[in-house]
Amino acid sequence: MTPENVKKTARTSGGLPGGGGKMRLRGLLRKEFLQILRDPSSIAIAFLMPVLLLLLFGYGVSLNAKHVPLGIVVDNPNADTSSFIGSFRQSSYFSPVVMPGMRQAVTAMESGDIEGILHLREDFSRQLRGPEGAPIQVIVDGTDANNARQISGYVQDAWSKWLGLRSIARGSAMNNIPVQTEQRIWFNSELRSRDFLVPGLIAVIMTLIGALLTAMVMAREWERGTMEALLATPVEKREILLGKIIPYFTLGLGGMTLSVTMSFFLFRVPLIGSLFVLFVAASLFLFASLGMGLLISIISKNQFVAGQVAIIVTFLPAFILSGFIFDIRSMPLPIRFVTHLIAASYFVAILQTVFLAGDIWQVILPNALALVIMSAIFLGISTRKFRKRLE
Amino acid sequence: MWRRILALTIKEFLALLKDKRSRMVVVVPPLVQLLVFGYAATYDLKNVPYAVYNEDTGKASRDLLAGFRGSPNFSEVALLSSEGQIEPVIDKKEALLVIHIDSRFSRDLLLGRSARVQIIVDGRNSNTAMLAQNYASTIINNFNTAWNARHGRAGPPAYVTTRAWFNPNLESRWFIVPGIVGLLTLVVTMMVTALSVAREREQGTFDQLLVTPLRPLEMIIGKSLPGFLIGMSEATVIILAAVLWFKVPFLGNVATLYTGVFLFLLSAIGIGLMISSIAITQQQGLLGAFLFLVPAIILSGFTTPIANMPPLIQELTLLNPMRYFMVILRGVFLEGMSFHLLIGQFWPLAAIAVTTLTAAGWLFRHRLY
Amino acid sequence: MPGPGQSMHTVATEDSVIILEGVSKYFVTGKRKIAALQNVDMFVRRGIITGLIGPDGAGKTTLMRMSTGLLAPDAGKITILGIDATSDSLLMEASIGYMPQRFGLYEDLTVMENMKLYADLHEVPEELRPPRFEELLHMTGLGPFISRLAGRLSGGMKQKLGLACTLVRPPQLLLLDEPTVGVDPVSRRELWSIVYRLVREEGMSVLLSTAYLDEAERCNDVILFHEGRLLGQGPPESFSEPMQGHTYSVSVPGMKNRVLQGDLLRCPDVTDAVVQGDRVRLVMEGTVPPEPAALLPSAKNMSLTPVRPRFEDAFISILRRSRPVSLKTADEGIVTAAHTGTSDDHIIEVKNVQRKFGDFYAVKRITFSVKKGEVFGLLGANGAGKSTTFRMLCGLLPPSAGNLSVAGVDLRKAPAAARAHIGYMSQKFSLYGNLSVRENLRFFGSTYGLSGRTLRENIQWALERFDLGDHEEITSAELPLGHKQRLAMACALMHNPDILFLDEPTSGVDPIARREFWHRINTLAERGVTVMVTTHFMEEAEYCDSLAVMSAGEILALGTPAEIKAKAVSADLPEPTMEDAFISLISDNAPAQKTS
Repeated sequence: MTPENVKKTARTSGGLPGGGGKMRLRGLLRKEFLQILRDPSSIAIAFLMPVLLLLLFGYGVSLNAKHVPLGIVVDNPNADTSSFIGSFRQSSYFSPVVMPGMRQAVTAMESGDIEGILHLREDFSRQLRGPEGAPIQVIVDGTDANNARQISGYVQDAWSKWLGLRSIARGSAMNNIPVQTEQRIWFNSELRSRDFLVPGLIAVIMTLIGALLTAMVMAREWERGTMEALLATPVEKREILLGKIIPYFTLGLGGMTLSVTMSFFLFRVPLIGSLFVLFVAASLFLFASLGMGLLISIISKNQFVAGQVAIIVTFLPAFILSGFIFDIRSMPLPIRFVTHLIAASYFVAILQTVFLAGDIWQVILPNALALVIMSAIFLGISTRKFRKRLE
Repeated sequence: MWRRILALTIKEFLALLKDKRSRMVVVVPPLVQLLVFGYAATYDLKNVPYAVYNEDTGKASRDLLAGFRGSPNFSEVALLSSEGQIEPVIDKKEALLVIHIDSRFSRDLLLGRSARVQIIVDGRNSNTAMLAQNYASTIINNFNTAWNARHGRAGPPAYVTTRAWFNPNLESRWFIVPGIVGLLTLVVTMMVTALSVAREREQGTFDQLLVTPLRPLEMIIGKSLPGFLIGMSEATVIILAAVLWFKVPFLGNVATLYTGVFLFLLSAIGIGLMISSIAITQQQGLLGAFLFLVPAIILSGFTTPIANMPPLIQELTLLNPMRYFMVILRGVFLEGMSFHLLIGQFWPLAAIAVTTLTAAGWLFRHRLY
Repeated sequence: MPGPGQSMHTVATEDSVIILEGVSKYFVTGKRKIAALQNVDMFVRRGIITGLIGPDGAGKTTLMRMSTGLLAPDAGKITILGIDATSDSLLMEASIGYMPQRFGLYEDLTVMENMKLYADLHEVPEELRPPRFEELLHMTGLGPFISRLAGRLSGGMKQKLGLACTLVRPPQLLLLDEPTVGVDPVSRRELWSIVYRLVREEGMSVLLSTAYLDEAERCNDVILFHEGRLLGQGPPESFSEPMQGHTYSVSVPGMKNRVLQGDLLRCPDVTDAVVQGDRVRLVMEGTVPPEPAALLPSAKNMSLTPVRPRFEDAFISILRRSRPVSLKTADEGIVTAAHTGTSDDHIIEVKNVQRKFGDFYAVKRITFSVKKGEVFGLLGANGAGKSTTFRMLCGLLPPSAGNLSVAGVDLRKAPAAARAHIGYMSQKFSLYGNLSVRENLRFFGSTYGLSGRTLRENIQWALERFDLGDHEEITSAELPLGHKQRLAMACALMHNPDILFLDEPTSGVDPIARREFWHRINTLAERGVTVMVTTHFMEEAEYCDSLAVMSAGEILALGTPAEIKAKAVSADLPEPTMEDAFISLISDNAPAQKTS
């Protein structure tokens, strides 16, 4: 081929809008995927991190107290007290430790060896048969208020079970409790905290993948000087942005699939709603967090700052303000307002509902809409801020 | 020796604080996070939204519901008129809890039979569900006691009286806010130290430092001091805020607390410097710090008790300095734990600090790239 | 070919591929606003190679970036190939090829994948690719390496791949920003031959910026920039012709060229003096032939012969007019007489040292020694193993095998105090960027144990001696590169070291700063300091007492500059330059290179 020929064809193909854009985008996508395949760190962030985090936290984070060490002090052991203590021994919630006296129990509690004390006084048997009834004194370590509440709830349960058994044994129909409560817990009848924490955890992990990964790869292009070479070609900014969003979106969905599979098969979290809704919501959320990552990196243009900002604005807020662990309904109003700025909070709401309650559109639609708006804002600002210029 | 250390410390401070942006990173986020998280991180439920479906027309059911209306923990959002309305009201998260009283309620009670009330709870957040359930039980128990007294009936043969030590009103803020001292101190210390060596390696100044007659010990002290002083002041600010702003009781001894802060900072700095000297670039340093921070925070007992974790993970947390610091903070704040009760927490921190600082010092010169 | 004979005053015509009209550009660094380009009118003609020459910070890169639409001018208009570069940058970018200084190769992509990517980005139709790729691979000699990762290529090969990527769709205008920096002389020659071929065979227009002044003479047209202003434009001869009668070659028997050069520079009416081969090149301000006796009364039997001027002479004399020389006289202050003169003691010894990284040998069994008071040079391209050798000598890296000692000890094992005898200036500018000049000096002084009055005096000495007094409160990141390099050297000298290690101290520094720098080194050497220096500028080898030529981790030759050049003497090249010598050494070793 002669140079003139090359030149002529180049002229005719160059600068033509339309069809050519596809070729440029295809080139960028192929490049990005090849880079992902060859750079172990992005694979690690997208696949290894979800597995590790899910394993560690799925097993490690639980709000269900089990085998609570409970100090038992019985002033005057007899048949009545051992029947009562027996109901604690059977419960998997407690591991009772019999203590010789209150002094020892108090010391044990102060040094954190036991989390509660159950005290049956000298005249327990006598009062049991008297008109007043016998007091069962329970002291819990209130340092961890949530844990303390659970423990006292467990004690109540053990107590009412014991009462029931006792009245059956004595053949009386009425156990002197006027109103009996019948508890029905929907969606999570055993109140397994893992069932609500694991779906929330998926949101935290996806935030990390989306924002951290994009923030880093975009900044990397600036730092290695590849962006300058790219910008000097006839590529359009839309193509550069799409060339980043599509690969990491795919990678993010891969991480999502992995997380959902693990939740379902490993942690046995029920999935009541449909996979389809789950993945549509995940896609929307990914757009929002990719958009956030892009924005961070476009503004900072430096891997280090981008990483720092990404950590500050993603992980801790997603951890504490998303409703993943602390219920948003428990927060004061101004803070609840802040949670609306965090994309993860919408995703957590959808995840918890779809996993445990099903496709409840009244919950899904408003949250999905919020995700759409957030994605639009982040991607919109990114597109506006991203210039085919070096300034 | 001290002159060289001083020179290095001054340089570190200048490098860290001269730039307005990095000054902001050290100062602003922790304060904002303290405020936001101090309020946001709570397990206490206020105003549980509930709906009532009352099929009973008697006075007894109204008395029971009055207990809920009068409670500061509950707020009624809907009165339902059919069973079919229960599902949507919970699904849409309008109500967390539905109280269903059937039509025989008052009659059963007056006849001396046990009356039944059904409580339906949204279990999507199991912790919230459990709390709501506990609150409801308390109100119903109070109703029972009052009913028995009014109708001259004998109560149950035994009853439970619960007292909570150290936190009588069971405010979870008292538990969380001291934890935030540890959380934010750790984050800031890691941010400052985890990049200090990596940044110098990347910029080439670390080589310049290594060819000067600075000894490893001098470098460790010089590199640690800024993180230490910043961490110390940050911790002090948050402790003051916890006591003065969030009104968390402080029962223990300041010296005991600061022994803990001191040892915790050293171990955090040691880990930060170690990560930093393993990393070649700042990005790696940042990623390393992050990969340490996330598990360290989640598996520290800050939000969920270590006791609830499986044994293997519980053993893993023994390597986590945050774990010990959480016990120290809460012990000193809420229980007034004495120094000797906390020795079991102090020595692991000291051991972590010595190991990591030594490793960091060795890595300064022996990390190859 | 449009001849270079036309004068500097040609106006922009139809034939201009780049036209700048009243272009200005400002940057804000810290609190200061810096003019990168000020009211520049300029044009680049079609079908020739135009060289953009100017010292560091002259505005060359800014001009390149504006010509590609990557920066918008603050004032004025830029027209590229008849298209407005600012408003129609997409259209314009389709017809140009731009290779930035650090070309953005994707290092984790292979040679072929990189080329395919740029073919996609430039929308080269599939059917045109195979012949074009073949042509480019042949031209660049990258054919055998198409499936190698770009990150694994040598510096020269990377540059050639960058060029190939820029050329996948033949552009009408090719912009090359310092394409030959840090590239070994062989690759440099190859790059030039590619560029010539493109102009000749494909009729491309080329704008090329460079820091190597000898390359200016290879261009058809030269544009000279300084501090954001256009100083002149014309063929290289039009710059050097007026210097006719100003240039001489000098030598004094029995006098070291370094000393002679230093003495000459201090004479009145001398514009420039540089060591060139075994003689010193002298540029006078006037055309009156100087009297040897009047010039240097102390020098006996001075031989002074007129020589042809070259571009560099003109460049220096133009720059000197705007920037007065700042060569301080003899006394270099605190570096005093503990060490006098050259002796036969070997102060640095390297025996069979090698260094592996994974399965890659960065340094292969090298052996050399440095005498006390010597200026010893390590010469080689980027990646030849010079810095690795340096890092091992300074105790920053342990050797995989072999022995080395500096002043009798291995610095890696020696006590910290032993390090007080050396000064080290590392490759990149490596001072604390956000500390001010004074803070940097104070810090490095203190780490070497200086304090109180000594510290204050030495800081004062450094500020004066290195002309940093006006800048002492400026953060060092904001200093121009030449100043940064002076500060780095000042920091390395604060504690009066016996041995000075300088790793690529002149990389990226303009010719005038380089002259000042070598002047300082010479003065130090005269006072008995042993100086070890690496460089990739071949001509700088002439300043060294002895040198080792390195390539691919091996020492190809060891000796005085004259000895090394002697090896390359042939019938064709009776008087080879250092670059000729280097190229002949490389080609002699070529069979060994292929296997590595």
